[in-house]
Formats: sequence, C-alpha cells, structure tokens
Amino acid sequence: PPAHSHSDWIGPPDRHSHLRPVIFHVPPGESALERRLREARQEAQACNQRFWARHNRAFRQEKEEFIYSRLKAKGLEMRDESGQKATLNAEEMADFYKDFLSKNFKKHLQYNRDWYKRNFTITFLMGQVALVRALRWLRGKKKNVEQ
Amino acid sequence: GLFVWRLRSAGVRQVPCQFVHLCRIANDRLITFQYFNFLKRMYVTQYNKDLSQRAKPKPDSVVSPFHELQQLDQEKKAVHKISPVSAVHQSWCETSGRNELREMKSAAGTEDSVTAVRAESKEDRQWKEMKLRLDDLPGILARLSKIKLTALVVSTASAGFAMAPVPFELTCFLLASLGTGLASCAANSINQFFEVPFDSNMNRTKNRPLVRGQISPLLAVCFAAACGVPGVALLTLGVNPLTGALGAFNIFLYTCCYTPLKRISIANTWVGAVVGAIPPVMGWTAATGSLDAGALLLGGILYSWQFPHFNALSWGLREDYSRGGYCMMSVTHPGLCRRVALRHCLALIGLSALAPVLGITTWTFPLISLPINLYISYLGFRFYRDADRSSSRKLFFCSLWHLPLLLLVMFTCKKSVLEKEDKGDLLGESRERAMEIRLP
Repeated sequence: PPAHSHSDWIGPPDRHSHLRPVIFHVPPGESALERRLREARQEAQACNQRFWARHNRAFRQEKEEFIYSRLKAKGLEMRDESGQKATLNAEEMADFYKDFLSKNFKKHLQYNRDWYKRNFTITFLMGQVALVRALRWLRGKKKNVEQ
Repeated sequence: GLFVWRLRSAGVRQVPCQFVHLCRIANDRLITFQYFNFLKRMYVTQYNKDLSQRAKPKPDSVVSPFHELQQLDQEKKAVHKISPVSAVHQSWCETSGRNELREMKSAAGTEDSVTAVRAESKEDRQWKEMKLRLDDLPGILARLSKIKLTALVVSTASAGFAMAPVPFELTCFLLASLGTGLASCAANSINQFFEVPFDSNMNRTKNRPLVRGQISPLLAVCFAAACGVPGVALLTLGVNPLTGALGAFNIFLYTCCYTPLKRISIANTWVGAVVGAIPPVMGWTAATGSLDAGALLLGGILYSWQFPHFNALSWGLREDYSRGGYCMMSVTHPGLCRRVALRHCLALIGLSALAPVLGITTWTFPLISLPINLYISYLGFRFYRDADRSSSRKLFFCSLWHLPLLLLVMFTCKKSVLEKEDKGDLLGESRERAMEIRLP
C-alpha cells in the first residue's frame, strides 16, 4: 500500500489460511483508545491466521494420508497409468470427513469461543472510537460556528 | 461487450434450464407467481452452474483458493426474491458470469479468451484500500443482507398472507412484507458478522462483503440494527404485536441459536427448519391477527420442506463442512441425513391432505398436489437408497420447483372467502332476529 495512504489496506486471501491480511494505518495522533483497537485487530488477525493455516494444512495432510492408505488397501498406486493422481470418490471420502470433524470438534469449540469474544471486543472498540471521533468533529464544528 | 461475453459464456449450460423455466413462466397465471418463478429460474440456473462445477473431478493436490470448487450456501432456503427485478437480474448475471469465469479458469486451466478472467483474478490478488465508497454501498448492503434469500423469505410470508381466510388488505400486506424483509436483512447481516473467518474458508461464501473488507463490522452491526429495529417496530405497530413478536423471535432464533449451533451440534438443521417455517406463519398472523391451525399447517409444510432441500444440498458439501468445522448430518450421521429427508418428503403428503380438513383449501388440493409430492418422495427414496451425488442433486433441484408449485396449487385451491362470509352473514342475521324477539 502507498505510504501516503490514510486508510487500512486489505490484501488477497492467504494461500494457507484463506484469510485476507490487513495492513493497519497508524495515524500520527493516535489516541490510546485507537491504539487499543488497532492492537486488538492485529492480534485477532494473527490468531486467526495461525489457527486456519495450521488447520488447513493438517486437513490436507490427513486427507493425503487417508487417500494413500485407502488406495494401498485397494492395491492401487497413487498415480495411475496416465500419471494422474488417483482419487477416491465422495462416498469413500465420507469416512475421512466424519473422522476429521469429530477429531477437531474440541479445537473448533475453543476457537469459536475465542473468535466470538474477539469479534465483539473489536466491534465494541470500533463503536467507541467512532463515537469519540464524532464528538470531536461536533465540538470542532461548534468552535467554528462560535468563531 | 464484456458483459455480453460473460452472459454468453454463462449461457451455454443454462439455456436449456432457462427455456424450461420460461415455458413454465408462460403457463403461470398469477403475476406474483410469475415473479416467483422468474426468480426461481435465476436461482436454479445459478445452482445448476454451481453444482455442475462440483461434478468435475476434484484435483487432489494442494488447493489454491482459485481451484476450490464453488460451494452452496447451507443457509439458502431456496426460492427467490422480489426486489426490483432488473437490479437483481443484473447482479445475478454479473456474479454468475464472474463465478463461472473463475471456475472455468481453474477447472479447465486453458486460456480460451481468458482476458476477462485474468483481469478479474488480478483484481482479486491486488491490495485494496479499506475505504467505504458511497456508490458501492447499495451493492455491498445487498450482499450483506443476502437480498435474494430475503426476497425468498418475503415471498413465503406473502404466501402465508395470501392463504389466510380473510379479505385481502393491500396496506397490511405491504407493511407485513416490508417488515419481514427488514427483519430478514437484519438477521442475515448479523449472521455474516459472526461468520467471517468461516466464510473466508468456504468457496461460495468467500466473496462476502465482510470477508473482503468492503465494510467494517461496526457498520454491519449498525446496518443490522437499522433494519431490525424498524422492521420489528413496523410489524408490531403497523400490523399486529403477534407478528412483531414472531419476527423478533425469528431474528433471535437465526442469529443466536442457528448460527452458533451450526458448529456445535447437528440440531442446527432442525432449528434452521423452524426459522424457515416462521415467515409464512408471520404472513398468516399479519392477515388474521391470530395463530390458527392454518398458520401452523403452512409453517409445518415449510418446515418439512426444509429437510429434503437442505439435506440433499449438504450432501455435496461434506468436504467443506468437515474442514470448516460445521456439524452437519451429512458429515456425522449420513444415514440419518437421508432418513430424515425421506421422512419429511412423506410428511408433505400428509400435511397436504390436512389442508382441506382444516378448511384452508378444498379437497382438490391434496389430489392435485399428490403427483408432485409423490415425485419428491420418490426422489427422496432414491436419495435414501443410493446415497450418491446424482440422487442428492436430483432431490435438491426438485425441491426448488416443488415448493413454489405447491404453494401455487394451494393458492388456487384456496377455499373461497366469500363462501365463509355468506355462511357467517346468515348466522349473523338469524342471531339478530333472535335478539329482536327477546327484546321486550
């Protein structure tokens, strides 16, 4: 993002986590409240990124392992004659999906709780910041009118 | 030029579907249901495209966002919207065209006239300023409120209103529809507010406004409040308190029960079915002011319909649900998933037979609706027995036209209000005469 920009910039989805990273703009006269908000957002972003990157990687890995083990049990190779990667159909994969979901259930519960808390905190802080800015703007207008 | 090209590329698979639905539209008599079917056609063709893309063999290698197949929204309760048709049509064409292009690129990997695709994906890969532009705002809010789904919800509420055995009042109808629409917008916005990281990870939902950073969470919440509060107030004060209470309850049920429950237990599907069943009940109570058996029957029909619709849909999304951490029957209890779908297809037959018993329709309704209910039950049985993608797709697509057709037939078989009024008048007259005799 350009150096002179006054707003945050959001980028393309990350390859592993599929989340879009945000670069936060630090205004020169940042108040304590605004800093708290920015730090909360940065922390949430980092936390989300860690979680999803790890989770998606685990999914891909476990899926590969599952396919490999199933193909081996069937006596097939990972790649068939044409060099294409062999796949299992949806019904065979269903066992894997069910397994994966139940294995990660607790992890998801924990993450949900964390995410909801962070989301509410950030939105609440945003509200506070917006309110303070609005009051400041009104006070500025009043001063102009008086002058 | 680009727009036309997009349409053409999107058109190839969709022309036969569109033609079939155009024919269906030509046969419809009522204007409201014409809109209904037009929107359903758009909906069906979009889903057709989505699902036909899913049919391609899934590449097993490391998946980049552009390679993932498109997913279908588990919340979409089928049927469509009544917003300004041209606006919806435009946005549909654009989004379906764009999505189609993206899919074509990833699946085919070829460069056949891909300049538009390149531009589109390049745009996606760029860094964007997080500044709200006022001219983008209507589009953003439309996507935030899931305006197509909202239109669907409003049309089911209108169906409830139309079926109520009272003379039709236009102002009441409009107020009820508007209030329901606003409530639905609010609920959908809050849902998106809660689900940002999960939506980012599912291909269908990854272009939502909050995921893309086009709007801040604060603004999303404010918008939800700005829709929800006036919507419920409109229903409570402009229609009646019962409808308002149902609207508020439905928002609560959807945002605070269904949305979090999706990640905790498979019970979310039943809660979601109730959420879908409430709008027609609201339409009925808006017209009559009371919760009669008829309202509950209409709600019951929509409740039962949700299961074959959603269970068939979710059958094709098992991978994404598993990875995203969503607890859905299709992943955890596949047998139950199919059993429930079949069970509720059969329940629809029973509920349709109940309609004349409760005096909502004449006896022609269960007779005429029997073939369509039997057909969906047959597809439900096939899904139950075969448990594969093709049977789930067939069931899903059947559910898309089954509901509007059923409601249309119901409306045409509605028991005439005049009949009831005449009987009522006679009773009134005799009562008056009796009173006169009693007076000294």
